[in-house]
Amino acid sequence: MLTLKVNGQSLETDASPDTPLLWVLRDHLGMTGTKFGCGKSLCGACTVHVDGSATRSCVTPVENVIGKEIRTIEGLSKDRSHPVQKAWMELDVPQCGYCQSGQIMSATALLERNPNPTDADIDSAMAGNICRCGTYPRIRAAIHKAADMMKGGSK
Amino acid sequence: MSHLPNDLSLGRRNFLKGSLLAGGGLLIGVSLGGCGKPAPTGPGGSPVAWLHIGGDNAITILIDKSEMGQGVYTSLPMLIAEELDVPLSMVKVEVAPADKAFINVFLGTMITGGSTSIREGWGKLRTAGAAARAMLVGAAADAWKVDPAQIKVADARLTGPGGKSATFGEMAEAAAKREVPKDAKPKDAKDFTLVGKPTPRLDTPSKVDGSAEYGIDVKLPGMKYAALAQSPVLGGKVKSVDASAAEKMPGVIKVVTTSSGVAVVADHYWQAHSARDALKITWEDGANVHLTTASMRTGLATAKGSPLTARKDGAGAAAVKGGKKTVSATYELPIRAHATMEPMNCTADVHADSCDIYVGTQIQQVAQAVAAAAAGVQPEKVNVHTTMLGGGFGRRLEVDFIPAAVEASKAVGVPVKLVWTREDDFTHDAYGPPAHNSASASLDAAGNPTAVHLNIVSPSITARVFPPVVAKPGTVDPFMVEAAANYLYDAPNVQVDVLRHEIGINVGYLRSVSHQLNAFMVESFMDELAHTAGKDPFEYRRALLSKQPRAKRVLEEAATRANWGKAAAGTHQGIAVMEGYGTYLAAVADITLVDGKAKVGKITCVVDCGQKVNPGIVESQIVSGMVFGLPQALWSEITLDGGKVQQTNFDSYRVVRMNDVPMLDVVMIDSTEAPGGIGEPSVAVVAPAIANAIFAATGKRVRDLPLAKSGLV
Repeated sequence: MLTLKVNGQSLETDASPDTPLLWVLRDHLGMTGTKFGCGKSLCGACTVHVDGSATRSCVTPVENVIGKEIRTIEGLSKDRSHPVQKAWMELDVPQCGYCQSGQIMSATALLERNPNPTDADIDSAMAGNICRCGTYPRIRAAIHKAADMMKGGSK
Repeated sequence: MSHLPNDLSLGRRNFLKGSLLAGGGLLIGVSLGGCGKPAPTGPGGSPVAWLHIGGDNAITILIDKSEMGQGVYTSLPMLIAEELDVPLSMVKVEVAPADKAFINVFLGTMITGGSTSIREGWGKLRTAGAAARAMLVGAAADAWKVDPAQIKVADARLTGPGGKSATFGEMAEAAAKREVPKDAKPKDAKDFTLVGKPTPRLDTPSKVDGSAEYGIDVKLPGMKYAALAQSPVLGGKVKSVDASAAEKMPGVIKVVTTSSGVAVVADHYWQAHSARDALKITWEDGANVHLTTASMRTGLATAKGSPLTARKDGAGAAAVKGGKKTVSATYELPIRAHATMEPMNCTADVHADSCDIYVGTQIQQVAQAVAAAAAGVQPEKVNVHTTMLGGGFGRRLEVDFIPAAVEASKAVGVPVKLVWTREDDFTHDAYGPPAHNSASASLDAAGNPTAVHLNIVSPSITARVFPPVVAKPGTVDPFMVEAAANYLYDAPNVQVDVLRHEIGINVGYLRSVSHQLNAFMVESFMDELAHTAGKDPFEYRRALLSKQPRAKRVLEEAATRANWGKAAAGTHQGIAVMEGYGTYLAAVADITLVDGKAKVGKITCVVDCGQKVNPGIVESQIVSGMVFGLPQALWSEITLDGGKVQQTNFDSYRVVRMNDVPMLDVVMIDSTEAPGGIGEPSVAVVAPAIANAIFAATGKRVRDLPLAKSGLV
C-alpha cells in the first residue's frame, strides 16, 4: 500500500509504484477530473500540482510523489469559488471542456508564483497545455481577470 | 451543405404529437410516419419526446445532439425556453437516447454534424415549444372561459383576467388532452427575449471543477479496463497472437482477440496498457503495405475515370478555351488527423440479451447498430448512453472504437472500459481526405472570368459512411463539392467536376469537410485571377459578387475592419470569402516576414450566420474554427510509409498552442435571416487568406498545404 497526500487528505492505494500518478488518481482513487490526453507530457491535460508546481501526472510515477502535496482540480475549491474557476465561468471559457482541468491547474500554478503575468508570461506558462477547441483567447483573458480578482481588484 | 435548405420545419412525414405523461404532465414529441400512430418509445418503454412538462411544473428538454463544445446543451434549450417564455434556469436538460424519433432531418440519421444542430432545431424545437405553449394557453382559456389572447405567460405561469393563475404544471394534464395545433407559429424575431442574447453556457460549471463526465470518466460497478493493439499497417488484421507473457502480467484478466485488434482486459487501465506492450502479435498487413504519401499523391494526380459534373452553367468547361487569356493551377491537400483531446474510448456492459454502451458519439444509431452486431443482440436492445464528448470534429462520427469494447465485455462478462492511447488515436484515425484540385479559367479583356472550371479529385467519405446517399450511379457526393459547387462569383460559364478516387485507407469527415479543400482552391485561384488581371484581390472579388449580397457585404466589412490596403509597412494581407452551411464569411490575414518566413499577426473574420441564438457561443465557435484551421494551413499533415502513419503524438503532429495564436478579430453581422451553421465554416477561410498574404509578401504562390512545406512559414 502506498499513501498519498491528495487535496489535503491521506489516501491509500494498492497501485504498483511505477504506475503514473494520472492513472492512480483516475482509476484507483476515482478522481476523474484530471484527464488523459497524450501520455507523453505533450498536451497538459493531466496537469496537477505537486508541492505547488504544475506537473504532468501522465509521466510521473506515483512513487515519486509519496510524501508530497498533490493538488487536483477537485481540490481547487469545494464550490468553484477559486478565482481562476470564477474567472473561467465569467468568461465562459470551456467548449468541449476536456483540457480545461489541466488549463486551470497550469493557470493557477502560474498565478501563485506570478500574481501579475504579462501576455508573454502566459504564453510561456500555458504553452504546454493544448486546447483543440481553440479557447486560448478566452483562457488568456480569464487569467488576467483571475489575477485582478486575486489582487482584490475589479471583478 | 449549401445544397440543403436552411430552415426546415418538421419534415413532411413527421408530426408533432402530444401525450399525457404519467403523473398528469404534458409531453410534446414527434410521431414518425403520420397521424394516428402511437408516440415513439425509448429503450425503457418511456415516450420519447423533446419536451416534458410535469405536474410538478418541472420542465425537461431532451437534447438529441451531442455536446462536443459547440454549446448545444445551452443553445438548443434556449429555443424551447424562448417559445415557452420560461427562464433557462427553470429548464432541466437531459440527453436523448438513440431513437429514430431523433433523426436529423438534414442528414437522415441521429447525428451531430454538418453544422446542423441550430439549423434543425430552429424549425423543430421552436415549433414544439410553440405548440406546447398554445396547448397550455388553450387549456387555461377553456378552464377560465376567457379568450386565449387574454392569457399572459411568464416564468412557467399562466395568468388571466380576474386574478386567474396556474402554473404550467397545474395546467399540463388538461393541455395534454388537447389536439396539438397544426399551425403553432414560433415567435417573430422582434419578440425574442432570450434568443439573440449572450447567455452563459449551462455546462460551464461542470467544466471548471472536473465534474463533467466524458466517456473516459464512466465508472460502472465491477468494471474492468482494456487497452487495444491494432495493426500498425492500416487495414491489417491479426494473424496470430502469443499472449503468454501478457497474461502473466499483474492484474491481467484476459486477452481477447477482437474484430479490430487484440484487447487486454485488466483490473486497472495501466495494467492493461503495460500488458499490451508484452503481446507478441503477427499481423497480416494487407493491401496497404506499399502505401506511401508519395504513392497516394501520384494516385490522385493520375486518377482516371469520368468525373461527375456537380454544376454546369452556360457552356461550362468547354468555354475556358475561348477566352482572351487562360489561367490554370493545381492545388494539393494532405490527409490530416482529428486529434480530439479525449482519445477514443467506449465502455460496454454486455448482458444476456441486451447491452449498454457509454460513449461520446456523434452518431447514436450507428453506434447502436455496431454494438448490437458485436454483442449479438438486436439493435433496440442496445442502450446508448451519450456522455460529454472531449472534442468531436467528426472523429466521433466513426464507430471503430466501439465493437472491441463490446467484444471484450462479452468475453469477460463484466463491464469493460476500452481506452485508446494518443498513439492509437493518431495512427488509426479516419483521416481528413486529401485532394488534387485543379482550376482553370479564361478572362476577357477587362480581366473578368468568362469561364471557370473546377475539377476535384478526392476520395469519398460518404461512400463508406453513408453508402445509400451516393448509391445511385451518377450521384455527386455532396460532401466533396462544398465551397465549389456554390461558386459565388459572376461568370457566364461555370463547371464543377468531381472525380472520386479512393486511397486505400479510411477517410472521414473532418470539421468543415470539403469546404476546407475546395475553399483553398477557389480562393487561392481567385487571387491568381486578380493578379493576372492586374487588379486588387479585394476589389476584383467585390466586383464579381453582384449576385451575392451577403458574401459581398462580409467581404467589404472584412476589408474595412482589417484596413485593407492600408496595412502598416512590412505587413502583408490576404483575403478570402466563402459561403458554407448557409453562413457567409470573409477573412483577412495579416502577416509579416521574419527571416523570410511568414508570421501570422492577425486574422480578421467577418461573419453573417443569420440569426444568432447565443452570440457568446457563436463568437466562440468562429474563434474555435479559426484556431482549428490555423495549424492545418501551416503545419498539419499525416504522412504514410508502408501503410503506417508516421505521426504518433503531439510532438510529431503540430497543433496550435497558446503562444501560436495570432490576434483574432471577429465581427458578427446582425441579421434575422434563418440561422446558418457556425461550428465549421471559419476553419476553411484561414488557409487561403494566409496563402494569399504570403503571395502578397513574397510573390510566391503556394498551392500545396500545409504551407510549411514551402519553407515560407
